[in-house]
Amino acid sequence: MRVDFFLLIAGVLFSIGCIGVLIRRNAIVILMSIELMLNAVNLTFAAFANEGQTMTGQVFVFFVMTVAAAEAAVGLAIVIALFRRRKSTDVEDATLLRW
Amino acid sequence: MNATAIVFYALAGLACASAFMVIWSRNVMHSALYLVPTFLSVAAIYVMLRAEFVAAVQVLVYAGGILVLFLFVIMLVNVKAVQGARLRLHGAVSGSIGAASIALLLSVYGRGRILAAAPDGGKLTEFGGNLETVGWVLYNEYLLPFEIASLFLLVAMVGAIVLARHKA
Repeated sequence: MRVDFFLLIAGVLFSIGCIGVLIRRNAIVILMSIELMLNAVNLTFAAFANEGQTMTGQVFVFFVMTVAAAEAAVGLAIVIALFRRRKSTDVEDATLLRW
Repeated sequence: MNATAIVFYALAGLACASAFMVIWSRNVMHSALYLVPTFLSVAAIYVMLRAEFVAAVQVLVYAGGILVLFLFVIMLVNVKAVQGARLRLHGAVSGSIGAASIALLLSVYGRGRILAAAPDGGKLTEFGGNLETVGWVLYNEYLLPFEIASLFLLVAMVGAIVLARHKA
């Protein structure tokens, strides 16, 4: 398998996640889309690690997963705090800083 | 088309289809459950890339940890399925702008040529198993980032607890 196929599937997954962030209004689904994008980036790292026969890419995947776990925990805590205050997880109901 | 290619295309199709369903389904719980086939097929693609340790961590952290976190929060906040139109005007506009920029990105990618990276660090099979090699590189070359990552996780955990607790 050439590296191009893996990069292509990673690009498609990243695009789906990006479009999900843009079109959905539910904060939980937006966080899921961010996880999809991080997964796509991890796939790219692993593909280049396999292509270059180097270990660095796989170690970077490990660090990206650390950041993804922390981001999910803090993001979902923010969603819970938002729900307590506004009784909704819709990002359009968080209007305090809206112009 | 050999067997590897068939398996890869099946996994890629499954990953893309379920990722699409994550952003398309109305019910948030369904979105969370559609994440499972995405994460598992990405883990299987990691195995094809000879990153067995990463595949195991993917299943443990994503399918085991992050997904359960999502499900707990969904049950906690008790959101209902979205009513009304699936795509509204500004959602459609921002989505199409995003799709257009991604198409531009992919066309640039299709025009370029992928150069193999120069090998550095540990080789994939230098010490035998993949886990052993990852551990060797992680605890030698990347020891300081590894420790910083543990501190980072501690800070994230404390931050999540502080954000989500009831105000006294």
